[in-house]
Amino acid sequence: MKGTLFEIGRYFGFIKNLFYKPEKLSIYVRQVFREMVNLGIGSLWLVALTSAFMGAVITIQSAYNLVNPMVPLWAVGIVARDSIIIEFSPTIIMLVLAGKVGSSVASEIGTMRVTEQIDALEIMGINSSGYLVLPKIIAALLICPVVVIISMIVGITGGWVAGDLSGVVPSADYLKGIQNQFLPFNVTFAMIKTVVFAFIITSVPAYHGYYTSGGALEVGQSSTKGVVYSSILILIFDYLLTQLILA
Amino acid sequence: MIAIENISKSFGNKKVLEDVSCEFDKGKINLIIGGSGQGKTVLMKCAVGLFEVDKGKVLYDGRNFSEMTFGERKPIRQEIGMLFQGGALFDSLTVEQNVTFPLKMFTNMTNAEKRDRANFCLHRVNLENVNHLLPSAISGGMKKRVAIARAIAMNPRYLFCDEPNSGLDLKHPFSLTNS
Repeated sequence: MKGTLFEIGRYFGFIKNLFYKPEKLSIYVRQVFREMVNLGIGSLWLVALTSAFMGAVITIQSAYNLVNPMVPLWAVGIVARDSIIIEFSPTIIMLVLAGKVGSSVASEIGTMRVTEQIDALEIMGINSSGYLVLPKIIAALLICPVVVIISMIVGITGGWVAGDLSGVVPSADYLKGIQNQFLPFNVTFAMIKTVVFAFIITSVPAYHGYYTSGGALEVGQSSTKGVVYSSILILIFDYLLTQLILA
Repeated sequence: MIAIENISKSFGNKKVLEDVSCEFDKGKINLIIGGSGQGKTVLMKCAVGLFEVDKGKVLYDGRNFSEMTFGERKPIRQEIGMLFQGGALFDSLTVEQNVTFPLKMFTNMTNAEKRDRANFCLHRVNLENVNHLLPSAISGGMKKRVAIARAIAMNPRYLFCDEPNSGLDLKHPFSLTNS
């Protein structure tokens, strides 16, 4: 318990230290763009592939379960659309990104710590946590909503293609369904979740990487911890945000 | 002048430094000599503030460094150059980018001026034509010399070197003293 409280306190101290005045704003801005490419563009293929197949599976499973003659076939489109927008894209895709981005952030910063590169930054008078972590967090906050919107589009399209190709849901029914009873607030809700999760998947692994001590083995452990804790936090905050905003 | 007054440092139950005092005069090369694992690196890291001391203080020209906040330490840190045991070069940056890094962060020099300064510092440590190589593409001794070049790039007032001669051949320790 004492250890957990210590970790939580140190995490908030770490977050506070990110916001010291940057040494040179232009360099931080350039770093943000570089990280946007690394975190966002570098993950696009994975997000697109996952979303297309998940959209297909959601559509086929929904059609398989909605066998009641009272339920029109176009309802499959509604179910697929809402599942993808409300839960799949913001939560599952961010869990996937927690694995990819989280391990990369934790191992990058952890390696810099054990090879004294972070000490070298500190000696120069640079706020090492701000310089290394803040651009990653800002980049994730900016690029993750874009990635999630792309995931929504690809996921819904994947469902459409799979439904049509398998003959489970004809195109006309699916397209009617995804346009029916659309609530724009669902997208806003998804974006709120995405921003919160984006903060988690960068700050938590960065924290674990930053406080790595030892060698290669400990870098691996920090990376694992970063991914595990950020995934757990995503699930907890998913529940909390759903309860707060939708209930 | 740097004065270390009665500092102690422990890691858990292990006392590494106990009541250590020493002074490093301006314009002199001071050596800390001791056996392996005796706390030379810890003493140096306490002196530059990478480790917080448990007791005692470190004074830079009378300024109590130990009690300063991160913001207050910044101007002194910019007067410090440090060579780490392993070099601590930034993996993702080329040799030239490593040397120009502090210049990029703290000066308004043009790119040409930064390149000239990098070439000058690299020349001082007998390195030529390695500007565009990544640290992974050069030998351990060369890394150490690039780290020396980076440490002197800002023309620091205080230069700390942790085992500066390790990994260098017989010719290069001499060039370090000259640098």
